[in-house]
Amino acid sequence: MKPMRSAAQPYTLAAVALAAGWQVAATALNTEALPGPASVLVSFARQVRGPLGIHFAVSAYRVLVSLALALVTAVPWGIAMGRMRRTDALLSPLVYLIYPIPKIAFLPLVLLLFGIGDGSRIFLIAFILFFQILVTTRDAAREIPREYILSMRSLGAGRLQKAFHLVLPAVLPKILTSLRIGIGTAIAVLFFVESFATSTGLGYFILDAWSRLDYESMYAGIVGMGLLGAVLYEFVEVLDRTLCRWTKI
Amino acid sequence: MIRLEKIIVTYRTDAGIHEALAGVDLAIERGTSCVIIGPTGCGKTSLLYLLAGLLEPASGQVILDGRPLSGVRRQTSLILQQHGLFPWKNALANASLGLGIRGAAREKVMGTTRTLMEKMGIWDVRRSYPAQLSGGQRQRVAIARSLATDPDLLLMDEPFSALDAMTRESLQELFLGLWKERSFTSVLVTHSIEEAAFLGNRIVVLSPRPGRVLGILENPEMGDPRYRLSESFHLMCSGIRRLMEGSR
Ligand SMILES: Nc1ncnc2c1ncn2[C@@H]1O[C@H](COP(=O)(O)OP(=O)(O)OP(=O)(O)O)[C@@H](O)[C@H]1O
Ligand SMILES: [Mg+2]
Repeated sequence: MKPMRSAAQPYTLAAVALAAGWQVAATALNTEALPGPASVLVSFARQVRGPLGIHFAVSAYRVLVSLALALVTAVPWGIAMGRMRRTDALLSPLVYLIYPIPKIAFLPLVLLLFGIGDGSRIFLIAFILFFQILVTTRDAAREIPREYILSMRSLGAGRLQKAFHLVLPAVLPKILTSLRIGIGTAIAVLFFVESFATSTGLGYFILDAWSRLDYESMYAGIVGMGLLGAVLYEFVEVLDRTLCRWTKI
Repeated sequence: MIRLEKIIVTYRTDAGIHEALAGVDLAIERGTSCVIIGPTGCGKTSLLYLLAGLLEPASGQVILDGRPLSGVRRQTSLILQQHGLFPWKNALANASLGLGIRGAAREKVMGTTRTLMEKMGIWDVRRSYPAQLSGGQRQRVAIARSLATDPDLLLMDEPFSALDAMTRESLQELFLGLWKERSFTSVLVTHSIEEAAFLGNRIVVLSPRPGRVLGILENPEMGDPRYRLSESFHLMCSGIRRLMEGSR
């Protein structure tokens, strides 16, 4: 269980440092809008087995499904664009036109198409992640050294075998990096999509507590969002260590 | 039997058409070891890619066993200048890749690969990634991978050039043993005169770019590991050197 300890120790340190800074700020500002870490943690511990835990689970579900959806759609397209010049020439301009547009602006259309349930929320997060993962994957696929391509071809590999033995492993480290960046984006968008027409999720929990001026609960929700992010980041680390061991030597 | 007929290879670059090979005619007998030597940039790698079916000539043709070569063929193995191992696969996975891709049964893949790797002294490092191997071990993995598929034609691009002298000589001897035992046709590219004299039945000397055949030397005494120490070996080396220098 060595990896567990090596991951837990820095987290303990970081949590202590964060709590210390937080306490200093709370004391200095002396406002209801920033309660100290102790009372927030008490509030978190009290609620996590109840509603807060459920909101956490709902948010985690939305982010995970979005991430998975974005991955399985963006990676194949990114590889196709990176490895096939025609496809790239055709699609890249399209991507560059759509990429910079704030996708949230499409909210009315998304709501119309997917309704006001989880579908819309998941679609919006995945849609935004799709472009980040797509462009990273495409660039990584483009940069595969010619030597590897020739080596694979001379071994007589077919298309699928090339994808499996060469392209996927070559782009995987970059995909994981895009996932790390994507997790930050995903949680920011999550907060937004949980701020309307729903009564579940950490975003809702935070805004609801705020409207009731229950600052302890509000910060307990924020702690929950932080934890959600950290869990996702650690998951990517585990993937990295198991699937990309060769980059760590 | 391989015949190269009036081979011209060109590359399109920003500066225009770049001629790499300018009319190469050459015949390589089945089961022989042909070494191609020439100065850097003369088109040696291009010539190997051509034989591997990875590159089309601008004109001329490659005839293999009486038929024009078109594309990659299964009985040909290629070892690239930078060994061409995949950094994300360990030594065993790299060495067994060719057989695996051909869809051989798992037991056969593992059995054949293991026998070869043991013979080449790299079975103990089978779990190491290429980055964790020495240059000599990497080259052994590359050779194991290319021989695992039991090719009738082995193409090698300066396989031993990045190694220290002792490792190079021991690998040359290892290769010589494998070639005598398995009787595949071998085409090896090098810029080392000693390597050419030690490993080639015939030595083809190319001119500086654009490459042309300057001369072909028969090397009948090759094949004995002690050849390196003999008088005739040194004579052969001088002969190659004279041909190469005559072109400058
Ligand atoms: N893909 C390419 N595009 C443009 N020019 C190329 C390309 N590949 C090779 N060349 C040029 O063609 C010529 C022959 O290249 P090649 O790699 O076959 O030479 P070489 O004899 O193998 O050289 P070295 O001994 O350095 O490996 C060189 O001048 C090189 O710059
Ligand atoms: Mg070369």
